Amino acid sequence: MIGQIAFILVLLITGGIAFKKYSTLRRNILLGKDEEISGDTGERIKNVVLIAFGQKKMFKRFIPALFHFFIYAAFMLTQIELIEIMIDGIFGTHRFFRNGLGGFYTFLISFIEILSVLALVATFIFLARRNLLKTPRLHMDEMSGWPKLDANLILIGELILVTCIFTMNGTDEVMHRNAGQGSYGFAISSGLGPAIFGGMSSGTLHVLERVGWWGHILMVFGFILYLPFSKHLHILLAFPNVFYSKLTSRGEMKNMPSIMNEVKSMMGLVEEDPNANQGEMEELPKFGANDIFDLSWKNILDAYTCTECGRCSSVCPANITGKKLSPRKIMMDVRDRAEEIGNNLDTNNLECVKEDKKEGTTKLTPDIYDDGKTLFDYISNEELHACTTCNACVEACPVTIDPLDIILQLRRHEILDLAAGPSDWTPMFTAIENGGAVWQMSDDRDKWTKE
Amino acid sequence: MSDLKKLKIDTMADFSARGEEPEILFWVGCAGSFDARAQKVSVAFVKILNEVGINFAILGNEESCTGDPARRAGNEFVFQMTALQNIETLNMYKVKKIVTACPHCFNTLKNEYPALGGNYDVIHHTQLLQELINDGRIKMKEGGVFKGKRITYHDSCYLGRVNGVYEAPRKVLEQLDSELVEMKRCKTNGLCCGAGGAQMFKEDEPGDKRINIERIEEAMEVNPDIVAVNCPFCLTMMTDGVKAKEKQEDVMVYDLAELIVQNNGI
Ligand code: SF4
Ligand code: SF4
Repeated sequence: MIGQIAFILVLLITGGIAFKKYSTLRRNILLGKDEEISGDTGERIKNVVLIAFGQKKMFKRFIPALFHFFIYAAFMLTQIELIEIMIDGIFGTHRFFRNGLGGFYTFLISFIEILSVLALVATFIFLARRNLLKTPRLHMDEMSGWPKLDANLILIGELILVTCIFTMNGTDEVMHRNAGQGSYGFAISSGLGPAIFGGMSSGTLHVLERVGWWGHILMVFGFILYLPFSKHLHILLAFPNVFYSKLTSRGEMKNMPSIMNEVKSMMGLVEEDPNANQGEMEELPKFGANDIFDLSWKNILDAYTCTECGRCSSVCPANITGKKLSPRKIMMDVRDRAEEIGNNLDTNNLECVKEDKKEGTTKLTPDIYDDGKTLFDYISNEELHACTTCNACVEACPVTIDPLDIILQLRRHEILDLAAGPSDWTPMFTAIENGGAVWQMSDDRDKWTKE
Repeated sequence: MSDLKKLKIDTMADFSARGEEPEILFWVGCAGSFDARAQKVSVAFVKILNEVGINFAILGNEESCTGDPARRAGNEFVFQMTALQNIETLNMYKVKKIVTACPHCFNTLKNEYPALGGNYDVIHHTQLLQELINDGRIKMKEGGVFKGKRITYHDSCYLGRVNGVYEAPRKVLEQLDSELVEMKRCKTNGLCCGAGGAQMFKEDEPGDKRINIERIEEAMEVNPDIVAVNCPFCLTMMTDGVKAKEKQEDVMVYDLAELIVQNNGI
């Protein structure tokens, strides 16, 4: 009874905190601009099945993909077991599904056990890879500090979790046998249990079983609350992120209708609307993006989905040749900036109210937000200028993130709003504008046909 | 280029003056028009078109930059100006089908002009070349100059990864009596030459190495006699890379159209 009450309490508290944290997450993502998601839903679902569930893009690198798949499959299947744990916890039952499912239950738990062992092996390998092998993509500059700790914490958490599962099943097995009810017949714990816990007294067994059970569920609850702070958020967000990824050609940069229409009217291609722009001039339009508010919510969802795996940066030609640009860092920067803004909103930090709105304002809202910073405080021009728009990062990302889209929006801001950018580009712009060619040429364009 | 005299190159204006329409428009692009090395590719491609008797036109002085480098640098104004100008011209001549030897022009014409009101059927010259070979209109001479040579193919980003065209150029190369060897990073994993995203028009950002050097070193690993490319900017970058490695005696960089012309002695 006390166990049940304790469990329900922990469940409610976890649920409450999780609700708050995930609502904040949603709010942060929606700080981005609206973006119309168009295209065939069927194709989107197909992508989710192949890329998110099937991990199709992961398997471009087979070995890590395989080990990652063990952890992933164990995680997915454990969810079934979790339902049982919830029911047992609330109603004080023991292995609630066993009676109803019979042989299938034995199969299911056995399967989970085998996957857990594979996941355990994978976890050891990943820990070694991260800390001993020094795989280059896991050791770039942006990975020091929290990102590294985050990766290790979760792997250690995984170890504890698997230990708890086997303590729980192993001791339960022994108690089951001691009670004369025979073996559960689970693949691993039916052998492992008696081998480790065989000689223990029933009191010790009982305590250990509870420790395993509680340890398991508390790790899971902890994990749920930890996710929003971690790169492991991808286990949830990969699904919507893949679903909402663009289906149109990679080669198409988003059109800017405002500029198109202005140029059209400059060139006399449209009838001037006599009523347009009369009277009050609207606020000067802002081009491209220099902060979270100008990016689309999909860009921010991308950032929160990033697994920090560095597949993008390891194929980025700029990064490979020692330039500062790392597409992974772009994604991490966007997430950090979204978090910074989110925190200021949550704490109602009135310092961050726009100068001209400060007076009388008691509540900080996104539309009056100005903390004097922008994304350019996180991402340098040097990084932006190094991109060749080769799309290697887009191709490489296992969860269909598009770092290039963000880079190009920042470039647009730099050139159109700040009139900055590499000075080398100015002659090219002028040449196109005045002569219709990327180089300033005195020859005719068709001279090559005549000489 | 004395043999230019033999070539037949009409402009859209010529066609329209005669009240005729060409089968296809050859979009030459800035590099194909002005860059000395890329001009040779334009000539080679025209030779093939003439040889198989395709009725084509160029825009000549009515063609402008598609705007790709300006747009990717972030300058949407300049892009819109040149793009809308081009669309005006193309629509005035009622152009339906376009072929180009530049994957950047190809991408912009195909994927970006529709949103601005320019809808055309656009193909890259390697796709047209493959079609012509398939239809038997280009017959590759056997035992040509490339017999026994090792050729490696460099995927351009905008033809390959961006537009998913990996096979057509390889099919063309397989027709040469030579050995096609792949670099470690090829097809979807192909490494950029370093020119895209308007990098061609600026100094590199600080780093350890130029991207074209990284790429040419990778090409060298498969000991090619020829590096085949499909893009005028890759052509420049790879050629510079070969020069930097002082290998210009051993390794040649050619566009696919040039290889066909040489093989068949057109
Ligand atoms: S598109 Fe830019 S950021 Fe992405 S891999 Fe290529 S150079 Fe790197
Ligand atoms: S953007 Fe994609 S490929 Fe790059 S680190 Fe994030 S998840 Fe990995």
